[in-house]
Amino acid sequence: MIGISAVPPGLPLILGALLLPLLGPRARAVLVLGLPLLVLALVWQVPDGTSLRLAFLDYELAPVTGDRLSRLFGTVFAIMAFAGGLFALNRSRVVELVAALTGAGSAIGLTFAGDLFTLIVFWELLALSSTLLVWSAMTDRSYGAGMRYLIIHLLGGVILMAGVIGHVADTGSVVFTAMLPDSPAHWLILAGFLVNAGAPPVSAWLPDAYPEASPTGMVFLSAFTTKSAIYVLLRGFPGAEILIAIGLYMIFYGIVYALLENDMRRILAYSIVNQVGFMICGIGIGTEMALNGTAAHAFTHIIYKALLLMSAGSVLYMTGKRKCTDLGGLFRSMPLTTVCGIIGALSISTFPLTSGFISKSMISQAAADQQMAILWFLLTAGTAGVLLHAGIKFPWFVFFQKDSGLRPPDPPLNMRMAMILFAFLCIALGVWPAPLYAILPYPVDYVPYTYAHVVAKLQLLLFSGLAFFIMLPYLKRTLTITLDWDWFYRWLGPRAIGQATRVVSRWHAHRRIDVLRHLGHLFGTLFLYHGPQGILARTWATGSMVLWVVILLGIYLIAYYY
Amino acid sequence: MLLSNLPALQVVIPLVSAPVCLLLRNPRHAWACALIISWLVLAMALLLLQQVYTLGTISYAIGAWATPWGIEYRIDMAGALMILIIATVGAVTMPYAWRNIQHELHRKHTGVYYTCYLLCLTGLLGIVVTGDAFNLFVFLEISSLSSYVLISLGPSRRALTAAYQYLVMGTIGATFILIGIGLLYMMTGTLNMQDISQRLPEVADTRTIRVAFAFVTVGVSIKLALFPLHIWLPNAYTYAPSVVSAFMAATATKVGVYVLLRFFFTLFGLQFSFNAMHVGEILMLLAVAAILIASLVAIFQDNVKRMLAYSSVAQIGYIILGISLATTAGVSAGMLHLFNHAMIKGALFMAMGCIFLRLGSVEIHNMHGLARQMPWTMAAFVAGGLSLIGVPLTAGFISKWYLVNAALTDGYWPLAVLILVSSLLALIYIWRVVEAAYFHLPGADMHKVREAPASMLIPTWLLIGVNLYVGLDAGLITNIAQQGAASLLGQALQ
Repeated sequence: MIGISAVPPGLPLILGALLLPLLGPRARAVLVLGLPLLVLALVWQVPDGTSLRLAFLDYELAPVTGDRLSRLFGTVFAIMAFAGGLFALNRSRVVELVAALTGAGSAIGLTFAGDLFTLIVFWELLALSSTLLVWSAMTDRSYGAGMRYLIIHLLGGVILMAGVIGHVADTGSVVFTAMLPDSPAHWLILAGFLVNAGAPPVSAWLPDAYPEASPTGMVFLSAFTTKSAIYVLLRGFPGAEILIAIGLYMIFYGIVYALLENDMRRILAYSIVNQVGFMICGIGIGTEMALNGTAAHAFTHIIYKALLLMSAGSVLYMTGKRKCTDLGGLFRSMPLTTVCGIIGALSISTFPLTSGFISKSMISQAAADQQMAILWFLLTAGTAGVLLHAGIKFPWFVFFQKDSGLRPPDPPLNMRMAMILFAFLCIALGVWPAPLYAILPYPVDYVPYTYAHVVAKLQLLLFSGLAFFIMLPYLKRTLTITLDWDWFYRWLGPRAIGQATRVVSRWHAHRRIDVLRHLGHLFGTLFLYHGPQGILARTWATGSMVLWVVILLGIYLIAYYY
Repeated sequence: MLLSNLPALQVVIPLVSAPVCLLLRNPRHAWACALIISWLVLAMALLLLQQVYTLGTISYAIGAWATPWGIEYRIDMAGALMILIIATVGAVTMPYAWRNIQHELHRKHTGVYYTCYLLCLTGLLGIVVTGDAFNLFVFLEISSLSSYVLISLGPSRRALTAAYQYLVMGTIGATFILIGIGLLYMMTGTLNMQDISQRLPEVADTRTIRVAFAFVTVGVSIKLALFPLHIWLPNAYTYAPSVVSAFMAATATKVGVYVLLRFFFTLFGLQFSFNAMHVGEILMLLAVAAILIASLVAIFQDNVKRMLAYSSVAQIGYIILGISLATTAGVSAGMLHLFNHAMIKGALFMAMGCIFLRLGSVEIHNMHGLARQMPWTMAAFVAGGLSLIGVPLTAGFISKWYLVNAALTDGYWPLAVLILVSSLLALIYIWRVVEAAYFHLPGADMHKVREAPASMLIPTWLLIGVNLYVGLDAGLITNIAQQGAASLLGQALQ
């Protein structure tokens, strides 16, 4: 008897997604909103341990295997699918909803995968649906970005697959358990996981692909791929020390590039890399406190990052502009979006009474508990950096700053509802962290709201906020280059900048030509032999075919004769 | 009574009904006749498989003449699997053939087509069931001669040259095999495979046997289109009628592989072939070259049928790669891929036939935006393509998994890497079609194109269904392949 607990929780979302194109708008809305809630209920029906076993090849698959960690991630993915669906409801493009629900379903399926085969299936499905989600913006840029996304993730998939095959050959087991990076197979698995987490050296796929998705598509994208990578790292490689270095790199990579960026959604995309960096550090520390903190941070991060992207998405949706320099002063006509954006910004900057405060501080605390002083300082500095790029820069340049003259109203009702829901969750989790702490993988004895902690955090944040406004002229001056680009272009024009550009581009061109020449040479050789007219592909004369037969027979005969 | 004569009926029924098709003047009647026979053959194949599965290897004496004098038909698990492949593909392509043949062949040729198809079926089945080396050559010639005719019936005039080249190459291959068999007969004095394998060890260390081995190896390599003797194949598959491409790609080269297995493992024996003659190393080298080079060539093709033909050469490389390991794991992986690739390539060529029916071309640049007009056909192509690449949940994944495992068990990890990397090459050439059909804006005349008729779509999707089913539940077919490999190697080890 197969009970309700044996239904893979992600499955209804994936099957439902396939039904969407056949339905009318009203039924579609019911499905988009109802399925995530159904799945949320299913997630909490999954008992500890494996409740569904399937035989496949010579192995036993465990597609439904639950524990506290998988239920935690399943919960937040389901909530995300609901709010994302609500936010995207008025969009007419069905393919985007299909891709989004499939992605959510595969991410949830992934979190309940008890074996590596099931993991790979959902992993690839997630990559494909995310690609489709990028493509569903239907622009040329999104096509290119989606293609680059797909290539990187398929390569990542092959690396993961190779690792899994090696692991199975080494151990004879497909069970997905904690591993150590101690064999080539495990290194490959770790590398495959890290590709999806946006780790170096391929971090660039994230800020490249996500901002090319539609305003609603990016909300979905931000949640599933990187956070499911965090989930598998949490389960597969807790305490792998190399992750600390990788995480730190990602934290500062995200900050630096976000500070230089002008496109508001690219700022937020770099900030995803940055936040995932904190989580990867937490996994690298590997204590119970750190893993709890990572899991909690993934939970709150999905919510406040989605909230930030909903607010940015609303702005893009209503104005059609994405550059900070084109925006500004929107608080006058978009008050709700502004408030929600600020709540998201406060959360990501870990202000007390917001969700970020109660989760990220656990990771820092874990570093302090382990006497990792340098790591603690770096994490604290990173926290200050987050405030600069995401906490203040995004809301300040989009909603305040100068008056851009734009007066768009707040977005449609469903978008407002989705933002209000997540803004409420951000505050609620910050004020009452107990329910979240109760579902973390390990027992929590951590009190975020101590006098010293709140004061220290406020000091840090207020001073770095002060720093932002003190440095604002400086930041502005760099921005004026972008702002008044045409002034520079007209006045200094070809003489100054053009000269510099020429020097740079000449050097660049040389390098480029070198690289291109080599690539072209390689491709040319391939084409020469394998192309339609190449010796290996063209139709041969019958005589030369026969000649080959004779040659081969001769070789065999000579070899065997002696 | 009827059941015990199945091995003979399996071959005799299509043979006898072939001339009937020629005599039926009405194309519809000829088609109906061929259809009924194909389905009958499938039913018999399933019964035979069931018999072999429960009772073990069947030995059947033709005309009740005992083996040393009469011809023996002998069916083990490997043979039963081959019969199943041939019969399945035949039964599925026949309903498909009606519209396709109407479209691509002149009306006066339809009778010839059905006759030759049944003869080809007879020949392929005969090669598999027979336990007599000379009889094998006879059936090989029946299947080859009829397939030359089938290919020459193709809609473009280049089909004639393609068929001619195949004829020259195929005849050389068959002659080489005959020379090999003749030399074997000279040394052992028998044509029965079992007898040959028993008497061979005494005379194995002679130059005559070695020369026989070389002739057979080269001859069979031509028949199964092993690189670099594959050159006849791309043109033959490209210019043949679509249904012939589908049928031949799924069966003819596969039977070639079967002949190779028979000769290497049953006749010459594992010990002689792989330990004394080192054919394993040679085959492995050629298989690797086939996989890499043919996949690369496929990437650059614009004609999708030609692309699929080169992809076939690469896939034959995978099969041979498994066999070259000469372990039970390797050979069973090869046989599994034999079955899976037959299902994949059959479905892909059939999808191309649907496209040719509506579009009049299978060039990639004519397929821009086709997915909107022919959603079911293109979906079938994508599903088949995924299986070809080896994505999990498809049949292709299963066989690649076993191949990689077999390679790793023997410590050939570079081969495992090669298999995974070459999957990406398959991804590229499949993607080129997907990109054109799904992502390019349709051309001006595209709106006139309609979906293919159900009589062609349903057979295509049947094969796709087999792919997906095997991807989910590979237990039965894996079991059959493993028993087949055990039967081949077990005999060889005696």
